[in-house]
Amino acid sequence: MSAASEAPKVKNLADLLAVAYQIEADAVDRYNLLADQMETHNNPELVAVFRDLARAEGIHRDEIRRLAGEVDVVAHAQRMAKWKRGESPEEANLGDAHYLMTPWHALQLALKGEERALAFFKSIVETTKDPEIKRMADEFVEEEAEHVNLVHRLLRRHPKPAANWSSDPDPPIPQE
Amino acid sequence: MSVVDMRPACKPGDYKSDIKPIWCPGCGDYHVLMSFTRAFAELGLPPENIVVVSGIGCSSRIPAYTTCYGFHGVHGRSLAIAAGLKVTRPELTVVVASGDGDGYSIGGNHFLHACRRNIDMTYVVMDNHIYGMTKGQPSPTTEPEFDTALSPGGTGLRPFHPLVIALASGANFVARCFSGEPNETAAVLVEAIRHPGFSFVEVLSPCVTFRPDEKEWKNYVHPAPVAPTSDPAKAARRLMTDDGFNTGILYRGDRKPYQPSVGQPSIDVSELERDFEL
Repeated sequence: MSAASEAPKVKNLADLLAVAYQIEADAVDRYNLLADQMETHNNPELVAVFRDLARAEGIHRDEIRRLAGEVDVVAHAQRMAKWKRGESPEEANLGDAHYLMTPWHALQLALKGEERALAFFKSIVETTKDPEIKRMADEFVEEEAEHVNLVHRLLRRHPKPAANWSSDPDPPIPQE
Repeated sequence: MSVVDMRPACKPGDYKSDIKPIWCPGCGDYHVLMSFTRAFAELGLPPENIVVVSGIGCSSRIPAYTTCYGFHGVHGRSLAIAAGLKVTRPELTVVVASGDGDGYSIGGNHFLHACRRNIDMTYVVMDNHIYGMTKGQPSPTTEPEFDTALSPGGTGLRPFHPLVIALASGANFVARCFSGEPNETAAVLVEAIRHPGFSFVEVLSPCVTFRPDEKEWKNYVHPAPVAPTSDPAKAARRLMTDDGFNTGILYRGDRKPYQPSVGQPSIDVSELERDFEL
């Protein structure tokens, strides 16, 4: 999805904070959108999972805002934190959603997002020449690695469903 | 003295209404809605200066999901409504949303003449090669081998090629996008809206319910290997070898948009209403 070459250019610390903020803000929006979809399609278990994920990403988003101090990351992100190709790393792929999906599927989406965010910040650490950006990006790498581990832990509680998880006793049937 | 709009720039979320879409989870149309709102924010257009017009079908629900003005019209007639709107209110940005059934079958003739007239508006067709809302009937873009109870052994019919038709009929801007690439689609929509005249953007948007095979489209799409052209002959030649999954802008023409001068109405609306009084 979001290779570093497609991502906004990080030239200074304010850019990095804005991009980090936007990644979390996009994740909040995306999980809430998925929760709305599940609400509409009467999958209450997944509504709760996606709302929890949105809440968790919201906490990260607000932490970055606090971390930025006097830098207005919201306005700065609106100006520069745009992905020209692909989406921002933690935006779960809407194409993978299904009305009968299970918590395992939701966590798989979350895992992919966290792994993409981890790869994104790693690429900044590896390519930047600015020691300040490197130090901050390294902190984000540590955080994203924690999130990856957290999702793995959650996945142990929600094992992979049986192969017939999408069987619907009253499926949408094409007209005959 | 000019009036300066001092409101802060709109964010994509400002173009989303409170109405929750009822599309199936996994449907490509969610991404298209996202592309609309991102494009509008990029263009910096106030929602009240945009009108989203649609016909009937899953894709045509889109006006209700935006904060722009909307017109959910009758089946296949979105372009006729939009054309009337644009010639009378040329200052508005008119974006028309449709699907392959609404746009190429029921509204097929309007499509030809909208291209020919070249009124300055943008036509976005969310193409999933099926009638989704009415439960899976073949549409004009359905593959001939699509085998269902309604089309046993396949339709056997040559699919409609929207880009060929648009180009041959005189559309001034022709592009194809994939819904799963919302930022790329938004960028094309920005160009389409800015481009004068009739802009046609086909968006491949999978129907995950009646065409689950279309989930594979994400593996088929690829950016067109050449830059857009302003030469219709060159564009036509490119379409001869098109595999249906090339994305990006194919053609940018320079035909002058059609915009008749609209004078004062010769009759008052109340006079028309009098004929319908009970």
